[in-house]
Amino acid sequence: MNVRTHGSMPVRREQDVVLARQAVRKLAVDCGMRLVDQTKMVTAASELARNTVVYGGGGDMDWELLEDGARTGLRLVFRDEGPGIADTALAMTDGWTSGSGLGLGLTGARRLVSEFELDSAPGKGTRVSITRWT
Amino acid sequence: MDRIPILRMGEFLLVTIQVDMHDQLALALQDDLSERISKTAARGVLIDISALDMVDSFIGRMIGTISAQSRIMDAHTVVVGMQPEVAITLVELGLTLPGVSTALDVERGMKLLRQRVASE
Repeated sequence: MNVRTHGSMPVRREQDVVLARQAVRKLAVDCGMRLVDQTKMVTAASELARNTVVYGGGGDMDWELLEDGARTGLRLVFRDEGPGIADTALAMTDGWTSGSGLGLGLTGARRLVSEFELDSAPGKGTRVSITRWT
Repeated sequence: MDRIPILRMGEFLLVTIQVDMHDQLALALQDDLSERISKTAARGVLIDISALDMVDSFIGRMIGTISAQSRIMDAHTVVVGMQPEVAITLVELGLTLPGVSTALDVERGMKLLRQRVASE
Protein backbone atom coordinates (compact mmCIF):
# COMPACT_ATOMS: atom_id res chain seq x y z
CA MET A 1 0.00 0.00 0.00
CA ASN A 2 1.37 3.40 -1.04
CA VAL A 3 0.60 6.84 0.27
CA ARG A 4 0.16 9.11 -2.77
CA THR A 5 -0.21 12.37 -0.86
CA HIS A 6 -0.88 13.35 2.71
CA GLY A 7 -1.48 16.43 4.80
CA SER A 8 -2.97 17.83 7.96
CA MET A 9 -5.34 20.57 9.01
CA PRO A 10 -6.43 22.02 12.34
CA VAL A 11 -9.84 21.16 13.77
CA ARG A 12 -10.07 23.63 16.63
CA ARG A 13 -13.16 25.77 16.14
CA GLU A 14 -16.67 25.14 14.94
CA GLN A 15 -15.88 26.77 11.58
CA ASP A 16 -13.08 24.22 11.13
CA VAL A 17 -15.75 21.50 10.96
CA VAL A 18 -17.12 23.17 7.82
CA LEU A 19 -13.60 23.57 6.41
CA ALA A 20 -12.82 19.93 7.15
CA ARG A 21 -15.99 18.83 5.33
CA GLN A 22 -15.00 20.89 2.28
CA ALA A 23 -11.44 19.54 2.31
CA VAL A 24 -12.68 15.95 2.60
CA ARG A 25 -15.10 16.47 -0.29
CA LYS A 26 -12.22 17.61 -2.49
CA LEU A 27 -10.01 14.70 -1.37
CA ALA A 28 -12.81 12.19 -2.00
CA VAL A 29 -13.22 13.59 -5.52
CA ASP A 30 -9.44 13.36 -6.11
CA CYS A 31 -9.59 9.80 -4.83
CA GLY A 32 -12.11 8.94 -7.56
CA MET A 33 -15.02 8.10 -5.27
CA ARG A 34 -18.57 7.95 -6.56
CA LEU A 35 -20.90 10.72 -5.38
CA VAL A 36 -22.63 8.55 -2.77
CA ASP A 37 -19.28 7.40 -1.35
CA GLN A 38 -17.99 10.98 -1.26
CA THR A 39 -21.11 11.96 0.70
CA LYS A 40 -20.64 9.12 3.19
CA MET A 41 -17.01 10.07 3.77
CA VAL A 42 -17.84 13.79 4.16
CA THR A 43 -20.65 13.00 6.59
CA ALA A 44 -18.44 10.69 8.67
CA ALA A 45 -15.74 13.39 8.72
CA SER A 46 -18.28 15.98 9.86
CA GLU A 47 -19.34 13.81 12.80
CA LEU A 48 -15.76 13.11 13.89
CA ALA A 49 -14.56 16.69 13.39
CA ARG A 50 -17.40 17.91 15.58
CA ASN A 51 -16.44 15.38 18.27
CA THR A 52 -12.84 16.63 18.09
CA VAL A 53 -13.98 20.23 18.67
CA VAL A 54 -16.78 19.64 21.19
CA TYR A 55 -15.47 16.72 23.26
CA GLY A 56 -11.75 16.75 22.51
CA GLY A 57 -11.30 20.48 22.97
CA GLY A 58 -9.86 20.77 19.46
CA GLY A 59 -7.24 18.81 17.58
CA ASP A 60 -6.14 17.98 14.06
CA MET A 61 -7.24 15.99 11.04
CA ASP A 62 -4.54 14.11 9.11
CA TRP A 63 -5.37 12.81 5.66
CA GLU A 64 -3.76 10.32 3.30
CA LEU A 65 -4.64 9.38 -0.26
CA LEU A 66 -3.81 5.68 -0.54
CA GLU A 67 -3.05 3.36 -3.41
CA ASP A 68 -3.36 -0.38 -3.01
CA GLY A 69 -3.09 -2.21 -6.33
CA ALA A 70 -5.95 -1.05 -8.51
CA ARG A 71 -7.93 0.59 -5.74
CA THR A 72 -7.52 3.98 -4.15
CA GLY A 73 -8.59 5.05 -0.72
CA LEU A 74 -8.87 8.00 1.60
CA ARG A 75 -7.79 7.73 5.22
CA LEU A 76 -8.61 10.41 7.79
CA VAL A 77 -7.27 10.53 11.31
CA PHE A 78 -8.90 12.81 13.89
CA ARG A 79 -6.78 13.27 16.97
CA ASP A 80 -7.07 15.40 20.06
CA GLU A 81 -5.49 15.66 23.46
CA GLY A 82 -8.77 16.02 25.28
CA PRO A 83 -10.08 14.05 28.27
CA GLY A 84 -10.31 10.79 26.30
CA ILE A 85 -12.99 8.11 26.53
CA ALA A 86 -13.06 5.83 29.58
CA ASP A 87 -15.21 3.07 28.10
CA THR A 88 -14.67 2.86 24.34
CA ALA A 89 -17.06 -0.11 24.01
CA LEU A 90 -19.84 1.94 25.58
CA ALA A 91 -18.95 4.91 23.36
CA MET A 92 -19.50 2.67 20.34
CA THR A 93 -23.13 2.02 21.35
CA ASP A 94 -25.87 3.72 19.31
CA GLY A 95 -27.53 6.46 21.32
CA TRP A 96 -24.86 6.75 24.00
CA THR A 97 -23.60 10.30 24.47
CA SER A 98 -21.55 12.09 27.07
CA GLY A 99 -22.97 15.41 25.93
CA SER A 100 -26.27 16.58 24.55
CA GLY A 101 -26.02 15.00 21.11
CA LEU A 102 -27.92 12.11 19.60
CA GLY A 103 -25.12 9.64 20.22
CA LEU A 104 -24.82 8.82 16.54
CA GLY A 105 -21.47 10.43 15.79
CA LEU A 106 -19.06 7.55 16.40
CA THR A 107 -21.36 4.67 15.60
CA GLY A 108 -22.85 6.43 12.58
CA ALA A 109 -19.39 7.32 11.24
CA ARG A 110 -18.33 3.69 11.60
CA ARG A 111 -21.27 2.54 9.47
CA LEU A 112 -20.32 5.00 6.71
CA VAL A 113 -16.73 3.82 6.13
CA SER A 114 -14.83 0.63 5.26
CA GLU A 115 -12.35 0.70 8.14
CA PHE A 116 -12.73 2.30 11.56
CA GLU A 117 -10.33 2.44 14.49
CA LEU A 118 -10.89 4.13 17.84
CA ASP A 119 -8.02 4.60 20.22
CA SER A 120 -8.67 6.50 23.44
CA ALA A 121 -8.02 6.42 27.18
CA PRO A 122 -8.70 8.86 30.02
CA GLY A 123 -6.04 11.57 29.99
CA LYS A 124 -4.56 10.26 26.73
CA GLY A 125 -6.78 12.00 24.23
CA THR A 126 -8.65 10.37 21.38
CA ARG A 127 -7.61 9.15 17.96
CA VAL A 128 -10.14 7.99 15.40
CA SER A 129 -9.03 6.66 12.02
CA ILE A 130 -11.44 6.05 9.15
CA THR A 131 -10.73 4.73 5.67
CA ARG A 132 -12.92 4.33 2.64
CA TRP A 133 -11.80 2.57 -0.55
CA THR A 134 -13.09 3.10 -4.06
CA MET B 1 -23.48 36.61 12.88
CA ASP B 2 -24.78 35.14 9.61
CA ARG B 3 -28.44 34.27 9.38
CA ILE B 4 -30.36 32.09 6.95
CA PRO B 5 -33.16 34.22 5.44
CA ILE B 6 -36.77 33.26 6.11
CA LEU B 7 -39.26 34.40 3.44
CA ARG B 8 -42.97 34.80 4.02
CA MET B 9 -45.42 33.61 1.38
CA GLY B 10 -48.99 34.14 2.57
CA GLU B 11 -49.54 31.81 5.51
CA PHE B 12 -46.32 29.91 4.84
CA LEU B 13 -42.67 30.51 5.65
CA LEU B 14 -40.02 29.52 3.13
CA VAL B 15 -36.42 28.69 3.96
CA THR B 16 -33.80 27.82 1.36
CA ILE B 17 -30.54 26.59 2.85
CA GLN B 18 -27.80 27.50 0.39
CA VAL B 19 -24.69 27.55 2.53
CA ASP B 20 -22.65 24.86 4.21
CA MET B 21 -24.05 25.40 7.68
CA HIS B 22 -21.92 25.47 10.77
CA ASP B 23 -23.66 24.40 13.95
CA GLN B 24 -24.40 27.88 15.34
CA LEU B 25 -26.08 28.84 12.07
CA ALA B 26 -28.32 25.78 12.30
CA LEU B 27 -29.25 26.64 15.89
CA ALA B 28 -29.95 30.26 14.95
CA LEU B 29 -32.29 29.11 12.18
CA GLN B 30 -34.16 26.95 14.69
CA ASP B 31 -34.71 29.95 16.99
CA ASP B 32 -35.50 32.38 14.17
CA LEU B 33 -38.13 30.08 12.73
CA SER B 34 -40.07 29.58 15.95
CA GLU B 35 -40.00 33.33 16.50
CA ARG B 36 -41.31 33.99 12.98
CA ILE B 37 -44.04 31.35 13.30
CA SER B 38 -45.17 33.01 16.50
CA LYS B 39 -45.09 36.54 15.02
CA THR B 40 -46.78 35.73 11.71
CA ALA B 41 -49.06 32.90 12.86
CA ALA B 42 -47.75 30.94 9.89
CA ARG B 43 -49.49 27.62 9.23
CA GLY B 44 -46.66 25.98 7.36
CA VAL B 45 -42.88 25.94 6.95
CA LEU B 46 -41.16 24.75 3.80
CA ILE B 47 -37.45 24.00 4.07
CA ASP B 48 -35.58 23.51 0.80
CA ILE B 49 -32.36 21.54 1.34
CA SER B 50 -31.65 20.77 -2.33
CA ALA B 51 -28.38 22.73 -2.16
CA LEU B 52 -27.07 20.72 0.81
CA ASP B 53 -24.49 18.13 -0.23
CA MET B 54 -24.57 16.45 3.16
CA VAL B 55 -26.77 16.23 6.25
CA ASP B 56 -25.05 14.97 9.38
CA SER B 57 -26.61 14.13 12.75
CA PHE B 58 -26.49 17.77 13.88
CA ILE B 59 -28.36 19.14 10.87
CA GLY B 60 -30.66 16.12 10.96
CA ARG B 61 -31.51 16.86 14.55
CA MET B 62 -32.14 20.53 13.68
CA ILE B 63 -34.63 19.44 11.00
CA GLY B 64 -36.42 17.16 13.49
CA THR B 65 -36.52 19.88 16.14
CA ILE B 66 -37.89 22.50 13.75
CA SER B 67 -40.59 20.07 12.69
CA ALA B 68 -41.58 19.26 16.28
CA GLN B 69 -41.43 22.91 17.41
CA SER B 70 -43.56 24.14 14.56
CA ARG B 71 -46.11 21.38 15.16
CA ILE B 72 -46.56 22.54 18.74
CA MET B 73 -47.04 26.05 17.37
CA ASP B 74 -49.81 24.88 15.01
CA ALA B 75 -47.70 24.87 11.86
CA HIS B 76 -46.69 22.01 9.55
CA THR B 77 -43.16 21.55 8.24
CA VAL B 78 -42.21 19.97 4.95
CA VAL B 79 -38.58 19.35 3.97
CA VAL B 80 -38.00 19.29 0.23
CA GLY B 81 -35.24 18.54 -2.23
CA MET B 82 -33.08 16.08 -0.33
CA GLN B 83 -30.45 14.72 -2.73
CA PRO B 84 -30.57 10.91 -3.12
CA GLU B 85 -26.99 10.41 -1.89
CA VAL B 86 -27.80 12.53 1.16
CA ALA B 87 -30.86 10.39 1.90
CA ILE B 88 -28.86 7.15 1.53
CA THR B 89 -26.16 8.45 3.87
CA LEU B 90 -28.62 9.75 6.45
CA VAL B 91 -30.33 6.37 6.79
CA GLU B 92 -27.00 4.56 7.05
CA LEU B 93 -25.91 7.06 9.69
CA GLY B 94 -28.96 6.00 11.68
CA LEU B 95 -31.23 9.02 11.25
CA THR B 96 -34.61 8.33 9.69
CA LEU B 97 -36.23 11.65 10.66
CA PRO B 98 -39.41 10.21 12.17
CA GLY B 99 -42.30 12.65 12.11
CA VAL B 100 -40.73 14.87 9.46
CA SER B 101 -42.77 15.33 6.29
CA THR B 102 -40.83 15.40 3.05
CA ALA B 103 -41.51 16.05 -0.62
CA LEU B 104 -39.28 15.72 -3.64
CA ASP B 105 -39.41 19.35 -4.75
CA VAL B 106 -40.77 22.77 -3.79
CA GLU B 107 -43.92 22.41 -5.90
CA ARG B 108 -44.89 19.09 -4.32
CA GLY B 109 -43.95 20.45 -0.91
CA MET B 110 -46.25 23.47 -1.27
CA LYS B 111 -49.07 21.19 -2.41
CA LEU B 112 -48.57 18.97 0.63
CA LEU B 113 -48.56 21.97 2.98
CA ARG B 114 -51.81 23.31 1.48
CA GLN B 115 -53.44 19.89 1.85
CA ARG B 116 -52.34 19.60 5.46
CA VAL B 117 -53.66 23.04 6.36
CA ALA B 118 -56.93 22.56 4.43
CA SER B 119 -57.63 19.25 6.17
CA GLU B 120 -57.66 20.86 9.61
